[in-house]
Amino acid sequence: MTAYLLRRILYALPILLGVNVITFVLFFMVNTPDDMARMNLGVKHVTQEAIDKWKAERGYDKPLLYNASVSGAKALTDTVFFEKSVSMFAFDFGRADDGRDIAREIKTRMGPSLAIALPVFAVGLAVNISFALLMVFFRASYLDFAGVVLCVAMMSISGLFYIIAGQYLVSKLWHLVPISGFAGGLDAFKFLVLPVAIGVVSGIGAGARWYRTLFLEEMGKDYVRTARAKGLAETAVLFRHVLKNALIPILTGAVVVIPLLFMGSLITESFFGIPGLGSYTIDAINAQDFAVVRAMVFLGSLLYIVGLVLTDISYTLVDPRIRLE
Amino acid sequence: MKSTSRPHRFLLLGTLSLLLSACDGAAWNSPYPAADQGKNILYTAFTGRPKHLDPAQSYTEDEAAFTAQVYQPPLQYHYLKRPYTLIPFAATEVPKARHFDASGRPLPQDADPAAVAYSVYDIHIRPGIRYQPHPAFAADASGKPRYFDLSPAELKNIDTLADFEQRGSRELTAADYVYQIKRLAHPHLHSPIFGLMSQYIAGLKDYAATLEKADKAKTGPWLDLRGYPLEGAQAVDRYTYRVKVKGKYPQFQYWLAMPFFSPIPWEADRFYSQPGLAEKNISLDWYPVGTGPYMLTENDPNRRMVLERNPNFGGETYPTEGEPGDRAAGLLADAGKPLPFIDKVVFTLEKETIPYWNKFLQGYYDASGIGSDNFDQAVQISGGEARLTEDMERQGIQLRTSVATSDMYMGFNLLDPTVGGYTDKARKLRQAISIAVDFEEFVSIFANGRGIAAQGPIPPGIFGYREGANPYVYDWVDGKPRRKPIEAAKKLLAEAGYPDGRDAATGKPLLIYLDTTSTGLGSKSRVDWLQKQFQKIDVQLVVRATDWNRFQDKIRKGNAQLFFFGWNADYPDPENFLFLLYGPQSRAKGGGENSANYDSPEFNHLFERMKNMDNGPERQALIDRMVDILRQDAPWIFGYHPKDFVLAHAWTYNRKPNQMANNALKYQRLDPVVREKMRARWNRPVLWPLLLTLVLLGLAVVPAWQGYKRHEKATAK
Amino acid sequence: MFQPVILWTDALIFLLLAAVTAFFVYARRQPHLRDPLRRVAQSRAGMVSMVVLAAYVAIGLLDSLHFRPALPGKPGAGVQYAVETLSVLDKLATPLRERNEKTYSAPFATHAYAKEVVELPDGREVRDFPRLKYGGAHLVDPEAWLSDVLVRTLKAETLALATWLLAALALCAWLAHRNAGSLSTTWRAVWRGETPIPWRAGLLTLGLLLLLVFPALALSTHYHVLGTDKVGQDVLFQTLKSVRTGLVIGTLTTLVMLPFAVLLGIMAGYFRGWIDDLIQYLYTTLNSIPGVLLIAAAVLMMQVWMESNPDLFDTVAARADARLFFLCAILGVTSWTGLCRLLRGEALKLREMEYIQAAHAFGVSHWRIIGRHLLPNVMHIVLITVVMDFSGLVLAEAVLSYVGVGVDPTMQSWGNMINSARLEMARDPMVWWTLAAAFLFMFALVLFANLFADTVRDAFDPRTRR
Repeated sequence: MTAYLLRRILYALPILLGVNVITFVLFFMVNTPDDMARMNLGVKHVTQEAIDKWKAERGYDKPLLYNASVSGAKALTDTVFFEKSVSMFAFDFGRADDGRDIAREIKTRMGPSLAIALPVFAVGLAVNISFALLMVFFRASYLDFAGVVLCVAMMSISGLFYIIAGQYLVSKLWHLVPISGFAGGLDAFKFLVLPVAIGVVSGIGAGARWYRTLFLEEMGKDYVRTARAKGLAETAVLFRHVLKNALIPILTGAVVVIPLLFMGSLITESFFGIPGLGSYTIDAINAQDFAVVRAMVFLGSLLYIVGLVLTDISYTLVDPRIRLE
Repeated sequence: MKSTSRPHRFLLLGTLSLLLSACDGAAWNSPYPAADQGKNILYTAFTGRPKHLDPAQSYTEDEAAFTAQVYQPPLQYHYLKRPYTLIPFAATEVPKARHFDASGRPLPQDADPAAVAYSVYDIHIRPGIRYQPHPAFAADASGKPRYFDLSPAELKNIDTLADFEQRGSRELTAADYVYQIKRLAHPHLHSPIFGLMSQYIAGLKDYAATLEKADKAKTGPWLDLRGYPLEGAQAVDRYTYRVKVKGKYPQFQYWLAMPFFSPIPWEADRFYSQPGLAEKNISLDWYPVGTGPYMLTENDPNRRMVLERNPNFGGETYPTEGEPGDRAAGLLADAGKPLPFIDKVVFTLEKETIPYWNKFLQGYYDASGIGSDNFDQAVQISGGEARLTEDMERQGIQLRTSVATSDMYMGFNLLDPTVGGYTDKARKLRQAISIAVDFEEFVSIFANGRGIAAQGPIPPGIFGYREGANPYVYDWVDGKPRRKPIEAAKKLLAEAGYPDGRDAATGKPLLIYLDTTSTGLGSKSRVDWLQKQFQKIDVQLVVRATDWNRFQDKIRKGNAQLFFFGWNADYPDPENFLFLLYGPQSRAKGGGENSANYDSPEFNHLFERMKNMDNGPERQALIDRMVDILRQDAPWIFGYHPKDFVLAHAWTYNRKPNQMANNALKYQRLDPVVREKMRARWNRPVLWPLLLTLVLLGLAVVPAWQGYKRHEKATAK
Repeated sequence: MFQPVILWTDALIFLLLAAVTAFFVYARRQPHLRDPLRRVAQSRAGMVSMVVLAAYVAIGLLDSLHFRPALPGKPGAGVQYAVETLSVLDKLATPLRERNEKTYSAPFATHAYAKEVVELPDGREVRDFPRLKYGGAHLVDPEAWLSDVLVRTLKAETLALATWLLAALALCAWLAHRNAGSLSTTWRAVWRGETPIPWRAGLLTLGLLLLLVFPALALSTHYHVLGTDKVGQDVLFQTLKSVRTGLVIGTLTTLVMLPFAVLLGIMAGYFRGWIDDLIQYLYTTLNSIPGVLLIAAAVLMMQVWMESNPDLFDTVAARADARLFFLCAILGVTSWTGLCRLLRGEALKLREMEYIQAAHAFGVSHWRIIGRHLLPNVMHIVLITVVMDFSGLVLAEAVLSYVGVGVDPTMQSWGNMINSARLEMARDPMVWWTLAAAFLFMFALVLFANLFADTVRDAFDPRTRR
């Protein structure tokens, strides 16, 4: 187990390095450091000296990938890429272009992001599974058919519509919750109800349908037929056998996502004005804040890899036959 | 088995808790804590984190919303009087410049500007002004500064400025103003006005070099500017300082009303320079230190920023005189009362206009600028006069308008081979396009009437503006300008060598390239509209949309052909507008602000004469001539001057739009009792949808339950 | 007189058409592909969705034939072409395209949406809702618009019914001819649902479509059926133009990524060893980058490149089109990993099969084995993935445009429509028609694409084949 984990971590390093190279190349093809400086120094009265000074202070005055002016290993290390990457692996994300410490910002924004993502995930899972079970229970009846049609219809609606309609009806017309915003502590409840509800509802279509397929597949297996032949009640079959066995794909499918919940939801957060990591990312894209984008990409990749490892581990926990080697 | 009903129970629980949470008294949709109900708090919004609150760096309007309340420059604009008048703020009076020639002899006020070698301003400040309470002034029992040498252990417990337990204050001195002027040249600060000011303030340029050297040689983290004298700014005594300006520069007075020239106590600089504080976002950019009416006590740029009344502020009262009509409008009801009126101002982050507007309508913001798309709901334009809709009048909302001191214009690049140049043909082409692009329609579609089509570069309210039409684009009919018919434009186009939009020589269609940053909302419709305008004269408009950086780059290199730009006045003087077309300011050639790269020798000459003149008939005559040259050469399609509309609820008082003064908060007053009543009336929750959802869910459960029972029986058999 | 213009995406669309045709020709000879395809055609859901999708595709194809019209020239002078690139759809919908109002107007409105100062004949000025320039302009009494609309609708419906009957008869005649039966028995068989292919469902769908399309066409020349937008353009026309954008994103993306995914996936599974490691590394790395970030960065980069090479794109349409193409490519780069992984797994399984081992033993070259044995046997996975991805990509376009990294802002797309409609929702009275139009057209496309994808998957997926 330990050996496996160690290997996975070692395996993660080249991936993270690759991610780093890709973002770096992409971003600096877009923005020269001069552009970044100009963006930051404002619109009126910007001189070239001010730009050079800004670059020097933030370490953008070196060559990007290869420094031809020095020889040996230094040609590779005395570059913007090397210096910015090394610190990244030590979780030192540096400062955003506006001077704020990125690690600190990520820490404070994680809370609001999770406050939305976790309930959406947990409630969504519960609702979807219940709905799917209901459909499977009434399989091949008009209820099942109606359920499937509803699912397909719901998953054919763009997520943007759910948000726009929800915000318009619930907040603007019915005055039930604040239109947007966020507060800490218990006050957060009234701000979170609507985005969470919308998040859950917009996920029902695809989710419930997927679980229904899983359950149906399980229903078709021999052991279920045997159980039924033994005269077990339908509900007992459903819960004791089907649900239990289908839990493996459900669980492993869910585990991959859990770490990524930290990244927040881009669209929901920006619609509802929630100061989480999702809106942080969007703002960074719009402001072309390279340091933040890099940090978020790095974080996202890292969490993705963590998710993969967790999935493997959860496999062994659910199914003792599988061993990690 | 009861498990199938689990999700419904879950939903029920959710609804119940929602109902419970609503019982704390506040309306369900109130975004504020219930505890703040009924307090003398003004609610407003900010759209993004103000990047700099350090007065040496802050330049943008969203930053000024904070800095103008916290800092106290020597001068300010009168809140009510128009045209804009400078009055003392921290100073005892508006300083008069004394002029000297090269050998140091004093010159009379009306001396030839060319003879003036330097001007001197002596600024006296009021004694007894005190700084807001701040840890930088905190002293221990022995009188030594308490927080100047923070140990790592002490730093560990510090997260925000509020975590410093002790605070202190001290009296404002003239030296603090001098300290700030020196900071403009600080090597780490990149003050946006350093370039400009180093042309004017004596010795500032060399001073920057001195500081650069000193900065490299210094041992600690702090560069004490007090040890380095600056020729152009010196403290004369405790309450007087002297600024020496090269040549004659009457506009310098206006700069003295901007936060750039506010006082910064050396203690604050020393305090914030300690290592470890900047990492915790404790810096002058986050927590300004000032003597103004408010102080910034909470700064969470991801959510909200809070200004609270500065307990040490005093001595200023509400103005007793204003424009005619101000008394009738109730703007003088509070005359003579001490400022400020409001205890606390809460700025909430509101990145998008829609929630901002909706919350305003629900009474959760006390005032709102109006986004164009909400405008029909708010305001009707009749006979050029804006009125509120009946809906909003019923809500008691008040509307205040003023023409902004800004230009929104489309510039031609005069260096471009097609649209540029100073030949008669080129001029006619530009004039033809100026006629074709109907800015009256633009204003009515995209700004919902919030603007007036411009007749020249100088907006109303600025000296030099004259009522009258641009004779090359408009006819004067019935005392109003009327845009020339499109046939006139076609005729000009033909004379310019493009009959029917085709090059007379080659027959090729005329293509005009517009460079823009068309990202974000509404851009597509704007592009469509512009193409429609050019089609009127059979010219094909090609829109090249790009991101902001590339666009800037193109403008800088002079590669653009036609572009859309705006300019907000720094100060209410025609020089601040006309310099945008002054040849040596050419952006492509000199990196200046003249993006059209317009360079007319006559205009340049007149500008140099006009620049340093005092307002008067002679200056007006020069400006008239300059505007006429511009109208004929048409380097800009003059576009429009936007109008600022401010909507405020019935419970707010003393609101008057003021383009120049950003420190308007201290004059405002509100009635929280009325606000509470109105909010409750406007925000009654509508409950039937909730009930309906529950009923529907119930209806869905019943057949499911029955089906389940039937199923159960069937399998049991 | 016109000059044909082939945009990048046009070329690819025709390439795609050719590829699809080739696939069908090939599949006819392959039982393992032919039978499932037949099952798709035999399912009712498949039939219904195919009819609807065919309508969308027709609009999209009409909008993919581009040309530049000649400018009215002087005699003797050489022909000059307009800068504007039009499509056949633009040409067909000229009345919709050119009859622009000043600003917003509601569906079927005869008057503008907002009050304006109107000058009366006697020179007085009043604030009123002005009549529209085109919408209902033929009416003497604008109050009577409803009866006018009804009469026109009725006429159009009659025509639609007639057309539909003709179409139904033609189909039956063809069927009768093919099966050598009589027309009347075929007709009866079709309507009793006794044909193996559910023609009845298809005909009913077609009938419904015609009943919708004809009145819309008839009315659109005199009214703005779905209203007009901020600058007075017809919203119906905009939604129709958006169809192509949606289809292009949904199909070309997969077309772009297919070669990579198929080749790399099979190679990884077949060769194993370091090739496998390398390919796995590649897709894990790409996969681990949050999608939106990767797309945003790539789109920004592409814009820069286009900026520095302006000569390549001489018209607005070409620029917007190039951006659309790049967006497809970028989406392709971020979405090929899923298919690649599936194919790798399948190839791993297949290479252990006896016949492949045997071919190997006979010394058949690797590439031949891949081409002859592996590729045909993973075709069904590819097909399922392609149809499954389609609807997701159409939806993704809307979200990306909202974030600001979607299609060109000058291009008609549902994402851009939704984006601008968001602001309109805050107006009062609310401007709901742009949003509603985008919602309806997008919903229908995605819904039927989903249904179709389900049918295809059920038909091909051996697990559901019972």
